[in-house]
Amino acid sequence: MIVSEQKPFGQIFDFVRDYNNILVLGCGTCMTVCMAGGENEVGVLSRQLKLAARHNNLNMNIDELTITRQCDREFFDENATEKINRSDVVLSLGCGVGVQYIVELFPEVIVRPGVNTRFYGANISQGLWLERCAGCGECVLDQYEGICPIARCAKSLMNGPCGGSADGMCEVDTENTECAGQLIYERFKNLNKLDELLEIKPPKNWSAGRDGGPGRIAREDMMFDE
Amino acid sequence: MNRNSEVSGSNLERVLRSGEFALTGELGPPKSADRNNVIEKAKYLKGNVDAANITDNQTAIARLSSIASGVICLEQGLEPVVQITTRDRNRLAIQSDVLGAAALGIKNILCLTGDHQSFGNHPDAKNVFDIDSLQLVNMLYKMREEKIFECGDVIRNGKKGRVAEPRIFIGAAANPFAEPLDYRVMRLEKKINAGADFIQTQVIYNMERFRQWMQDVREKKLHEKVYILAGVTPLKSARMARYMKENVSGITFTEDIIRRMERAEDQKTEGRKIALEQIEELKKMEGVHGVHLMAIGGEKSVQGIAEEAGLLPRPPAVTG
Ligand code: SF4
Ligand code: SF4
Repeated sequence: MIVSEQKPFGQIFDFVRDYNNILVLGCGTCMTVCMAGGENEVGVLSRQLKLAARHNNLNMNIDELTITRQCDREFFDENATEKINRSDVVLSLGCGVGVQYIVELFPEVIVRPGVNTRFYGANISQGLWLERCAGCGECVLDQYEGICPIARCAKSLMNGPCGGSADGMCEVDTENTECAGQLIYERFKNLNKLDELLEIKPPKNWSAGRDGGPGRIAREDMMFDE
Repeated sequence: MNRNSEVSGSNLERVLRSGEFALTGELGPPKSADRNNVIEKAKYLKGNVDAANITDNQTAIARLSSIASGVICLEQGLEPVVQITTRDRNRLAIQSDVLGAAALGIKNILCLTGDHQSFGNHPDAKNVFDIDSLQLVNMLYKMREEKIFECGDVIRNGKKGRVAEPRIFIGAAANPFAEPLDYRVMRLEKKINAGADFIQTQVIYNMERFRQWMQDVREKKLHEKVYILAGVTPLKSARMARYMKENVSGITFTEDIIRRMERAEDQKTEGRKIALEQIEELKKMEGVHGVHLMAIGGEKSVQGIAEEAGLLPRPPAVTG
């Protein structure tokens, strides 16, 4: 899933303080699961905004809503459409995709991001999310037995680990982040195929990912003739 | 490594090829455009080492470029080993720089991945890491031997142009002390297969581990395929030792070294003594072809240490 973190409250409040009708719009999928912008967070944030408005003597009407996904047209139903059109500003707790999709669907409305979209990751344990994929567009997990050096090594080393790996941890964050090169090494060792690590992995083709420009997938088999 | 014929014409290559125990130094460019700073440091190293590494934005701090500093060294009669990291430049920029460096007379390049930018003075920078150090070694090898760019194009200016490939003596780093320990010899082998001609190792403060590593290297006969220069840096104080032990990933210390430094009355002299003992041992160690003496901020001290280690005079430098 996409993992985000809520922006600092001060920044969020500055985004919306000059408006009267504010809609705090949550996302029921990724942002709910990573607890950055689901129904609960929408409720808490709305209460915080009301308090801050009162404290600053501002006249702010705060409405709230959470839809299943902000990146899919079908979830912007009549109720959502009405609430969005009624507001001066939408504070979206969707990821960066959600924010932009609302702008596309409702060009008249001002939208502000309430979260910082961080990465594609997994919920490893209660309260802990870790990056696992960088969306490089040409997956090489087959070559690394399921551990991604692109997303999980601080230097994206395809022929790692570098000389900074110590006690299984990455030099960039020796407290919290495991060295991907070490993990790959251990996996190959366990699978009895260490010798395969001798193979020199050639430079990666980055053009399938963001480096090739904005991504586009067009599936004609799924398109309707209009 | 091609042991049959000279590949680059560099002084370092000739010294190593002749079987002489080589000595390389290190020169850190300034955090300014002050060319005199480079000239000054080059003066201390000239004649006392066979070549000097010129660091590339060392510890991710923006400095006078390694190629530019290398050219200043050349003018001073000091042969540079220009370091290139893959942190700041992609394959386009690096290949362009390698052509430029070769055109300016640079003959040795050390391929590094580079410290992560979070350690330096621009932690907000975007990193590049388009390729890693191994891929860089291989890229330089293909440029020299196959005369092609990474993309496969021949290195010449148009179809009728002269093929003019960079003749570079290719260096790589090895860290015998980093983990996973039993992967370290494999990684060396990988760098040799990629095309490395010479290797400079991480600084040794754990001779036991280094001996073990060299034994593994010899078992695989890797020392016959690449020139190995062992890293030595004299400790200045017990504090420096403790700091490095705790803060620098990939460097390990034996308790003995720390104890010796702590107990010494004159810590600086003790650090130097340890370095000299190490060099003595390395000179005799089978498969070690030289020493890479990194005196941090101490280009001045290199002559004295080299002298006392019996490494002077150096074989006369051949340039051209
Ligand atoms: S190789 Fe690319 S697509 Fe596959 S997990 Fe890593 S970043 Fe994601
Ligand atoms: S320590 Fe490991 S994860 Fe960190 S940069 Fe080096 S190889 Fe990558």
